[in-house]
Amino acid sequence: MIQVNGLTKDYGARRAIDNLTFDAEQGEIVGFLGPNGAGKTTTMRILTSYMPPTEGTAIVAGYDVMEESMEVRKRVGYLPETVPLYNDMTALNYLKYMADLRKIPNSEERAYETLDMVNLGDRATSYIGNFSKGMRQRVGLAQALIHRPEVLILDEPTIGLDPAQVVEIRKVIREIGKDRTVLLSTHILTEAQQICDRVLIINKGRIVAEDTPSNLQSRLAGAQRVVLRVRGEVDGLAAKIGEVKGARDVDARQDGSVEFEFSAGQDIRPQVAKTVIEAGFDLLEMRLIGLSLEEIFLELTRENAASKKPS
Amino acid sequence: MRNIWTIAKREYDHYFISPIAYVVAFLILLTTGGIFVYSLSYYTQSAYQAYGGAPDITPVTGSFGFLLVLTIPAITMRLIADEARMGTLELLLTSPVRDFELVAGKWLGALLFILSILAVTLIYPIILNGIVIGSVTLLPPLVVPGIDRQLMLSNYVGVILAAGAFLAIGVGISAIFTNQIAAFFATLVTFVVLWWLFGFPAAVMQSGSAGQQFFMFLDMKTHFYNAFGSGSIAISDALYFLSLIALGLFTGTTAVEVRRWR
Repeated sequence: MIQVNGLTKDYGARRAIDNLTFDAEQGEIVGFLGPNGAGKTTTMRILTSYMPPTEGTAIVAGYDVMEESMEVRKRVGYLPETVPLYNDMTALNYLKYMADLRKIPNSEERAYETLDMVNLGDRATSYIGNFSKGMRQRVGLAQALIHRPEVLILDEPTIGLDPAQVVEIRKVIREIGKDRTVLLSTHILTEAQQICDRVLIINKGRIVAEDTPSNLQSRLAGAQRVVLRVRGEVDGLAAKIGEVKGARDVDARQDGSVEFEFSAGQDIRPQVAKTVIEAGFDLLEMRLIGLSLEEIFLELTRENAASKKPS
Repeated sequence: MRNIWTIAKREYDHYFISPIAYVVAFLILLTTGGIFVYSLSYYTQSAYQAYGGAPDITPVTGSFGFLLVLTIPAITMRLIADEARMGTLELLLTSPVRDFELVAGKWLGALLFILSILAVTLIYPIILNGIVIGSVTLLPPLVVPGIDRQLMLSNYVGVILAAGAFLAIGVGISAIFTNQIAAFFATLVTFVVLWWLFGFPAAVMQSGSAGQQFFMFLDMKTHFYNAFGSGSIAISDALYFLSLIALGLFTGTTAVEVRRWR
């Protein structure tokens, strides 16, 4: 559904994306992970025929984004990073306008249906200017879905939402992604984990890793980190944990908790628990800390830096 | 082509919730209303009648030249610049809408709004001519046997063409800017040049010389007053305004396209 080959985009002298190659199949939800300025938005803008690439080709829904841009635009739904809304329109009129631009018959009916898909059916006649951030995001998503596109491209669909709204939007995206191709960008690894079938990590315009979220995590998690909390005094706790075989990098934190690491595959948590309790501490909590995107990302960029001379 | 209509319709509707549009409509109707009342008292003076002058609608339509120069920049400034600022341009440029359709739709929407204001001014010729249906007089005519219809028609055609040209240039300039205030002033300056400044060299140059002819041709008010304002509808004058419309829409389309490459 999406085939990207050697895609490069220069803004003047600055190279925003550098020789990107990836693809996405129908029914697949692909996550685009990377820090700000990595080239996520640029890539998405090229895939939606908003701007032409400097080099390379991209085929979306079977059409070239440069040569057959109109065909691509008919088949792609796009939610840009700044949600494109007219504050002076009602949600219904806005979606009706979008449906009319896409020459959808019975545009009003379709607008209502789409608002129901994003759970905004009861606010159809409210002005978008009065909507909360989460509702605006949902109207934006409805706009991207109005023509039931084969390919959905979502730029940071959950940014700035409260946790309940994030869960809701993710649910909607997962539902939509069952029979469509979805490409979404995000900062948050848990988001990628929950929604995406595959993740591309992009940095400085290059893909630095591509895998399923769980593979990516275990591949990079050579070590697992645990946080441990006890009641009362913590003097000597770190030293006790340090005595357990396999515990590394023991770190007594300011807030009274202790963190330590062990190699993946050698779970020493039972031994640590026993040691802590035998030493007379009241164990309150022991929890694995998953590697965050930031850590995975730092890990990956460090690998890159090691293999290549840093510029 | 249906896209042009869809965009024009939204734009037209938008004017009716926009305070600037109401200010513009108020300004135009207040000015033309004042001028009309003044012209009525002027027509009734015996000196004017002795001279053989007949009342007509030219004071109202003639004032439009000046009014359009001042108000059209406020009507067109936000058309594309504001879409760029709000990020909705990205939406339109990734919809199956051609760049030209977007620009032409914006222009048509603004033109329809100006035509709506213009339609209100039709009340003035109606007041002059009165409303007489068969033998029933609903409104007694002020001018007997009525005003010169061809003069009125050519005047309105002139106003519509001039408005179309101004609006096209305004849309074109709005497509270049992301800040609507910048678009406003750039548009205003362009209009001042087209409407007044080209006339100065034409006025001081030797009459009939190539240079004078050239500036006469560029000068918008020559085409507006000397042709349509005096009762003739000439192809060459119409072509002047139509060329400006084409130029404005072309500029707009190109500017939108250039945005994609930046």
